[in-house]
Amino acid sequence: MLGYVLKRIAATVPVMGVVALFVFLMIRLAPGDPAAVIAGDYATAEDVMRIREQLGLNEPIIVQFTKWVGALVQGDLGEAIFSNKSVAELIGQRIGPTVMLTLTTIIFTILVAVPLGTLAAWRAGTFIDRAVMMFSVGGFSVPVFVLGYILIYILSIQLKWLPVQGYRSMFEHGLWPFLRHITLPTVTLSVIFIALIARMTRASVIEVLQEDYVRTARAKGQSEFKVLLRHALRNAAVPIVTVIGLSLALLIGGVVVTESVYNIPGLGRLVLDAVLARDYPIIQGLILFFSFVYILINLLIDLSYTLFDPRIRY
Amino acid sequence: MSINANQDMLPSADDTAAMVRDDPSVFVLALRHPSIIIGGVLLIVIVLIAMIGPLLTNDPIALNPINRLKAPGDFAWFGTDYLGRDVFARVIHGARVSLVVGLAVSACAISVGLVTGLLAGYIRVLDAIIMRVMDGLMAIPGILLAIALISLSGATLFTVVIAIMIPEIPRVVRLVRAVVLSVREEPYVEAAIAAGTKLPLILIRHILPNTIAPMIVQATYICASAMLTEAILGFLGAGIPPEIPSWGNIMAEGRTYFQITPWIIFYPGIALAVTVLAVNTLGDGLRDTLDPRIARKM
Repeated sequence: MLGYVLKRIAATVPVMGVVALFVFLMIRLAPGDPAAVIAGDYATAEDVMRIREQLGLNEPIIVQFTKWVGALVQGDLGEAIFSNKSVAELIGQRIGPTVMLTLTTIIFTILVAVPLGTLAAWRAGTFIDRAVMMFSVGGFSVPVFVLGYILIYILSIQLKWLPVQGYRSMFEHGLWPFLRHITLPTVTLSVIFIALIARMTRASVIEVLQEDYVRTARAKGQSEFKVLLRHALRNAAVPIVTVIGLSLALLIGGVVVTESVYNIPGLGRLVLDAVLARDYPIIQGLILFFSFVYILINLLIDLSYTLFDPRIRY
Repeated sequence: MSINANQDMLPSADDTAAMVRDDPSVFVLALRHPSIIIGGVLLIVIVLIAMIGPLLTNDPIALNPINRLKAPGDFAWFGTDYLGRDVFARVIHGARVSLVVGLAVSACAISVGLVTGLLAGYIRVLDAIIMRVMDGLMAIPGILLAIALISLSGATLFTVVIAIMIPEIPRVVRLVRAVVLSVREEPYVEAAIAAGTKLPLILIRHILPNTIAPMIVQATYICASAMLTEAILGFLGAGIPPEIPSWGNIMAEGRTYFQITPWIIFYPGIALAVTVLAVNTLGDGLRDTLDPRIARKM
């Protein structure tokens, strides 16, 4: 077991290395002069020179790489061009709302998608099943921000039930304002994941329901609810959890859009502010940050399989 | 079904006949899966609108400041935006951008992924390297990667297509590699190797054809996701230059006035959703028809 854990942890190192190398090369291999693009249309030659200097693009590439990786290993994601703050500091300031939104979205998604998918699998081929699958295809097709605006239009502008935009911290403003503000972004962001995970749950549960032990459980008079929960869903958990982990990359993209629609001051907004200000080091730092988080969470999920399925032994 | 299980393993006389004939079975299968027809017809209608529509509408970039932010009605079917431009004309023109981006991205991603996947699957030395690179690429959130690439090289239609394409490649490579790994052990590949067939010929003649069906299905999904990503990038102000009326750009310009004129976001949004839905439905139908093994699972 310990051997497997160590091996699995070691396996993340090359992946992180590839991410770092890719991000490093991106600015250096970009066609044209990235420093000129970042400086903008009205920049003078001195501005371009200054930005090139700041990004460290003047030194030999090997020197650049050594310095860059050395800093990265110490958690230094670089300096923002215009605000003179370190990228790590900016991430620290903005991470709260993003973590909250991500957590509420994952919780809401699981609460809705897993029962929905199980229901569809249990009644496979019926009207319920087809309705769930149609919802699922629809969920994949509606762009996140369009959905966001539809919800704002109906629930906030027409019915005035929920605030249009903004964010309230749970710790500073209390639970109720937090929930009122986070509800719409959560629902908006969840829809595509509910679609994905309901579909995956359905597929996974359908497969398990054909197993002999499910038939045995039914034969001994176990209630349908217990059959589904204890025999089917528990055995179907591993693929479902895997998909939740892999879809985190998609979730991060969705966070950028959702935070922009609802004006939430999180990491997604930070990306956008950086794009508008052409502050490339922030974008680069956030890519590294999100990629490493993604790799780490998928590592944890891999290691957690033994919890969901005691048959898995390493 | 269970009684016939053993017989299913062997090709029956009917199956052999179907294989010998010029494969009319695909057409018959298509009829059995209505999603192909529904998605396909819807998509053809959208393509026709995109091709012919722009010839018939008003100029999508003509300014008309006197009639700005008009509600949908006789003057303009979908109303006008903050510069008095005809939203209907813009939405119709936007269909072209979306379809071009969807097609270009899926064609490029499939071609690059196919070549890379074939090499990774067949040449063991390359396999480890290519797959590690793909693992790394998969860990980078696609939209962020696209945003970064565009902010580095400037926003043009070309860079947007490339930026959306790159994050799509790993999935294609993985899929192709999986197919290659299962096919390379087949007797006919071994026979080809034994007969002294050269490597490129083995790849092209014996292995490539096996990847076509899953690639067609994958291409539809990439197309759908590319159109969504393009709209998201446009919406965030990081996509195709704002002077081109793409659905994402129209919606981005509608944001400021959303509380007064929500239709500027809703019309292109609905157009985008319907188009993506058509492509996804077609993809689901194709998957059910071409790959019944996965179809049973999903």
